[in-house]
Amino acid sequence: MTIVDTQAGVLSGIRKSGAHHKLLAFGSLILLVAVFSIASPNFLQTNNVIAILQATSVNGVLAIAATLVIISGGIDLSVGTLMTFCAVIAGVLLTFLGLPMVVGIPGALLAGLASGALTGVLITRLRIPPFIATLGMMLIYKGLSLAICGAKPIYFNDTPGFTEISTGSLIGAIIPALPIPNGVLILFLVAFAAAFVLQRTALGRYTFALGSNEEALRLSGVGIDRWKIAVYAVAGGICAIAGILLASRINSAQPAIGQGYELDAIAAVVIGGTSLSGGRGTMLGTMIGALIISVVANGLRILSVPQEWQIVVTGSIIILAVYTDNLRRRGA
Amino acid sequence: MFTRRRMLGLVAATMLAGTATIANAEDKPYIALISKGFQHQFWQAVKLGAEKAGQEFNVDVTYEGPDGEGAVDRQLDMISAAIAKKPAAIAIAAIDSQATVPLLKQAQADGITVIAFDSGVASDIPITNASTDNLASAALAAEKLAEMIGDEGKVAVVSFDQTSQTGIERRDGFVTQMTNAHPKIEIVAIEYGGGDHLKSAEITKTLLQAYPDLKGIFGTNEGSAIGVAIGKKEVGSNIVVVGYDSGKAQTDAIRDGTIAGAITQNPVGIGYEAVKAGVMALKGEKVPPHIDTGFYWYDKSNIDDPTIKAVLYD
Repeated sequence: MTIVDTQAGVLSGIRKSGAHHKLLAFGSLILLVAVFSIASPNFLQTNNVIAILQATSVNGVLAIAATLVIISGGIDLSVGTLMTFCAVIAGVLLTFLGLPMVVGIPGALLAGLASGALTGVLITRLRIPPFIATLGMMLIYKGLSLAICGAKPIYFNDTPGFTEISTGSLIGAIIPALPIPNGVLILFLVAFAAAFVLQRTALGRYTFALGSNEEALRLSGVGIDRWKIAVYAVAGGICAIAGILLASRINSAQPAIGQGYELDAIAAVVIGGTSLSGGRGTMLGTMIGALIISVVANGLRILSVPQEWQIVVTGSIIILAVYTDNLRRRGA
Repeated sequence: MFTRRRMLGLVAATMLAGTATIANAEDKPYIALISKGFQHQFWQAVKLGAEKAGQEFNVDVTYEGPDGEGAVDRQLDMISAAIAKKPAAIAIAAIDSQATVPLLKQAQADGITVIAFDSGVASDIPITNASTDNLASAALAAEKLAEMIGDEGKVAVVSFDQTSQTGIERRDGFVTQMTNAHPKIEIVAIEYGGGDHLKSAEITKTLLQAYPDLKGIFGTNEGSAIGVAIGKKEVGSNIVVVGYDSGKAQTDAIRDGTIAGAITQNPVGIGYEAVKAGVMALKGEKVPPHIDTGFYWYDKSNIDDPTIKAVLYD
């Protein structure tokens, strides 16, 4: 509770100071890090910071996918199980069929793109609301994953180098003192790429336009179905990246996991200031949101806070983040 | 206003820091337990045993586990955080027997004693494994069920998952025993309800609909067994139900006859033995490579025996 109080105090302070409002989320992240560092000498240590970043990698990538969809005015509940489904596809290609990684990984990414596009088609052509369409797809991916695997994990023991994708460290090879896992590097690359797409490309402009005023876009003669399908397809491809990262980290495709991950991803998105009603949001915000979730989870563990209370604190932070964001908007 | 609130925040943060430092300064050995789950009563009973041993041997104990069973990567994050706390020992119930190995190597390199409980890992790093023999316990469930249905007819299994070692072993222990020792008994269905009471109840009702001559069902964990009992009650069937573990709902069902009897592990013992093994290792004493924490059959007749009562949880 103390942490929440602290955050509330400082957050409301920054809000009132007005000029700093863009630093709000970043400021709370720094504050959390500072509080945990003071509270425990074990928190701000290289290994632990790397562990926090690694814990962010999968959720961060999923949150990037969710951000795109949410900015476009939709919602995607299937990101978690689609991630698992793509990991299973990678398992089929690499382990069952024995294909090399240069085929298996693009194959899994394609599966993600195609699955996302299918969701987009369900939403645009069959006019199924995004919440329902992606709820249905969430279950379909979960069931397909279990069915394809025969309900057993698929291990990647026959694909040398597969675990390196996530757990190896290119940065560590260059700077031995900084063994940041590749999974973290990939998270940042995906975030940069997504931010670029969002800010600098036609797809990005249409994503925002879809979320802020779909009707106006339709009336101006833009073929909105096409762009919507593209948004869900790209999000699906990003989920596939998360699937590869997860599978590589645990050296297996675990068909039973994934459900529930969409909620953490959506939490990261809203903590990062993206509006659930669409039309507004940033990748930087989402990254900070994902980091806040990991920092809180790790920090409370380091402080040996009982698990029940960890959950309460995380929930409170989500509500507080959105509340302060609302206040800021009303005041601005 | 801004500065005052901020000051309050800083004061609060400092107080938090203060308490944490005091806690660290006591200098008791610290053992971190990372379990497979957290919410089920079973895992809470393991926690109870761990805390009991913590008090008895004067060590600090923490206990954590992913909210949903199966969240392999969440468990890895918990182990990472535990290692960062520099405990004297880490005890883990691995969700995936392989995925945890790299972190266990890291723990070993940091001089942390590693113990396995409930489930094994594919590595020789843990000095011991305190767990139930799932195959043998499920075979005993098969024996009891066979005896109660007159050694012939159709039976089914309602399990909690297809992927975990315990899920697989309980199913296989039961199936193997039935197939080998009871050729007149046919296992017509093996279904998975995720340990969810409601889902397992629906599965049971469907099974009773599909096989009107079904004689018995084995529910392979607490949630499954309770679900089977609920399904049986709703349909008004008189099928023989054999359960696993305890929990108030299950023990009540055994007392009123809805469930004929169940296998109980010794969850309190699992937590206790895991911590005790850590303490022994820290003192330099020898720890056996496997600690069998035991299992029992219990039914209406012996549910109040002191031996049984001690291992049941509410």
